[in-house]
Amino acid sequence: MSGSFDILIVGIGGQGTILASNILGEACLIEGRHIKGAETHGMAQRGGSVESHIRIDGLFGPLIPPGQADLLISFDLLEALRYSHYLKKGGKMVVNRHLVLPTSVYTQNLVAPTEDEIIAALKKHELCLLDADKMAEEAGSPLSQNVVMLGAASQSMPLKPESLLAAVKNLVPKKTIEINVKAFETGREFGGTC
Amino acid sequence: MARKYLLGNEAIAHACVESGVDFISGYPGTPSSEVIDVLRVQPDRSYYVEWSVNEKVALENALAAAWCGIRSLCTMKHVGLNVAADPLMTSAYTGITGGLVIMSADDPFAHSSQNEQDTRCYAHFARVPCLDPAGIQEAHDMIPEAFDLSEEFGLPVIFRPTTRICHSKGDVELGESVVSIRKGEFHKDPRQYVVIPAHTRVLHKKLNEKQSAIRKRLVERGFNHFKIRGKIAIIASGIGATYVQELLPEGVSFMKIGAYPIDEEWLGDFVKKHEKVLVIEELAPEVEEVVHQIAGCVPVFGKKNGYAPYEGELSPQAVAVIMEKAGFLPKKPFPQVNPIQNLPPRPPILCAGCLHRGAFYAIKKVFKDAIYPSDIGCYTLGLQLGVVDTTICMGASITVASGISHAGDPHDIVCTIGDSTFLHTGIQGLINAVYNGANITVVILDNRITAMTGHQPNPNTGVTACGVESPPVSLDALCRSCGVSFVESVDPYDITGMVNILQEAKKRKGVKVIIAKQMCVISARRAGVKRGRYRVHPEICTGCGTCVRFGCPAIEFEDEKARINELCSGCAVCAELCPVGAIVREGKK
Repeated sequence: MSGSFDILIVGIGGQGTILASNILGEACLIEGRHIKGAETHGMAQRGGSVESHIRIDGLFGPLIPPGQADLLISFDLLEALRYSHYLKKGGKMVVNRHLVLPTSVYTQNLVAPTEDEIIAALKKHELCLLDADKMAEEAGSPLSQNVVMLGAASQSMPLKPESLLAAVKNLVPKKTIEINVKAFETGREFGGTC
Repeated sequence: MARKYLLGNEAIAHACVESGVDFISGYPGTPSSEVIDVLRVQPDRSYYVEWSVNEKVALENALAAAWCGIRSLCTMKHVGLNVAADPLMTSAYTGITGGLVIMSADDPFAHSSQNEQDTRCYAHFARVPCLDPAGIQEAHDMIPEAFDLSEEFGLPVIFRPTTRICHSKGDVELGESVVSIRKGEFHKDPRQYVVIPAHTRVLHKKLNEKQSAIRKRLVERGFNHFKIRGKIAIIASGIGATYVQELLPEGVSFMKIGAYPIDEEWLGDFVKKHEKVLVIEELAPEVEEVVHQIAGCVPVFGKKNGYAPYEGELSPQAVAVIMEKAGFLPKKPFPQVNPIQNLPPRPPILCAGCLHRGAFYAIKKVFKDAIYPSDIGCYTLGLQLGVVDTTICMGASITVASGISHAGDPHDIVCTIGDSTFLHTGIQGLINAVYNGANITVVILDNRITAMTGHQPNPNTGVTACGVESPPVSLDALCRSCGVSFVESVDPYDITGMVNILQEAKKRKGVKVIIAKQMCVISARRAGVKRGRYRVHPEICTGCGTCVRFGCPAIEFEDEKARINELCSGCAVCAELCPVGAIVREGKK
């Protein structure tokens, strides 16, 4: 079998899942480890649900089979539920407490589960729920939400926080380094209390 | 040498520079676009790079460059190769002197495509070599080899990555960049480059004579290899081979096919050492067909006897199911899991503030029961708004519209096509419709960019692939020169104006063209255009739902009232639609 640590990052196109995946990749390079990943590009990405597969120490394919992910990071409550079957028994979830209802709910009158119903369903797994939007805002920019999420999830990853932080510094725009470092640290601190 | 975490297409682009590529052309198409997108922005480029208007044009340009003895790359998606099929088939006869690599990226599962065709079949059809990588590192390493092979055999070489190569990521060992110093020089040789019957018959024979040596060389170069580990064997290709390796049990032999044509003798020797073989590959049974030809009495498991699917993409779990069913895997490697049912889907949608939404709204308002042929681009998402009735391939909106018109259907016909698609293969359809007297309304959705594939410039944008200014074509003048007398431009954010012009077009016979012109909202944001957001005045809002049905992701509905979220880009179309004037610009009372 693969022997990799498998992370699935999910969200809505445009929320910054790709930068999150790049940070993990960079951190693996810093530690001299192999990594494989797969992402959504093109038409599938316009405001739709997106997934990034990341396999730390991965030597084979980029895709994580359902029921095999060690960690699920979700930028949206509904997307966390949609992809929850990817998590393996005993896997962990780090989820942003934020719900964007799909436009289909309004245009086709579809029923969406409520926030409370989603959270109750997610609690079947080991769950770290955080308000990443608010924490990002406090760090200095709502755009740093993805880095907050990575910070919180960093507590459950086989990567050193120093490598992740160095990767954040290498990859975010220069003038936002300070904000993103703060975002990572705020997230990580919260992740430690989960 | 360096190790980097890269997207497959970034690694492929780097490998082209390592190969000293001199000339690059292509047309954007998911999953191939990032190769040129990376190459066109490199500082200190020594090579020539262009976005061409379509794949046929791109390939003919690259072919000519390769005839001049320089290394050329041409990129496209799988369906683009249909457009370029004409030059492809005969380029195998004429051959080349400088290396020519045609990257045609396949999209199993049609993540972002209209079909799941297999480029390997084209290579087989054209009798040119095809390289089929199983991972990012191999995709990178195959590129210099592809140029070498092309030059060795004097043939174009097809390089066929798939979505899970192009859009997967990994740590890749890169080589050194090479500066292109070659200058192209065309040496006249009519017997090679003028394919009149007398010449082409000779060239066809020469092409056929090359085949046996190509098969042998592909094995020698190590693209196709095997390891005997037992009495049963799996033969796999592409990303499927990687999934097999992840699952391969002890005692099962493994053969990896990474290049075509396959040496049948070599393959036969391997197969005959086993009691049964299983073939795993995505899409067409290209490998399996050959295995069947040489297997004799060795049972072959695969697509033809129902063990593996002909359609869709493979995955570790899909490969596990095939291996288990065929008796190549002793126990299930993955637990059975069930996704949660009945969640509202979140398909891709037009962006908040997208010009297409306003245009579609106006079309539907004026032409209620019309037939709406459409085309390939972001606006295909107009399907969700009920304004897309047909989509088949690039440029097939105007042609389908005129075909329906001449078939005698009494409905109004309004077709939509983007600017890049119009320039790709739409113009011929327009000339044909005018010439043959069709009764149709053509709406060109003009956002001045090829948006869906990642905002590549086109001749309508005013800049080249490398950002050099270039006079933008006039769509208006172009349509008039095709013989259209009713050509009107309108801003689709101005719903009233757009409705008026559509009504005008509705009254007239013949071919009418409306150019709905507005910047793509993503390009506008990148260019720093700020329009200010809109909000719903809760006391004026009656909760009628008119704005919500417009389908903009910035408009939500909560407690019987509409609400505008932070996605609003300020297009103001909803403010025009609101029957009670409850939608106002932020900051205004």
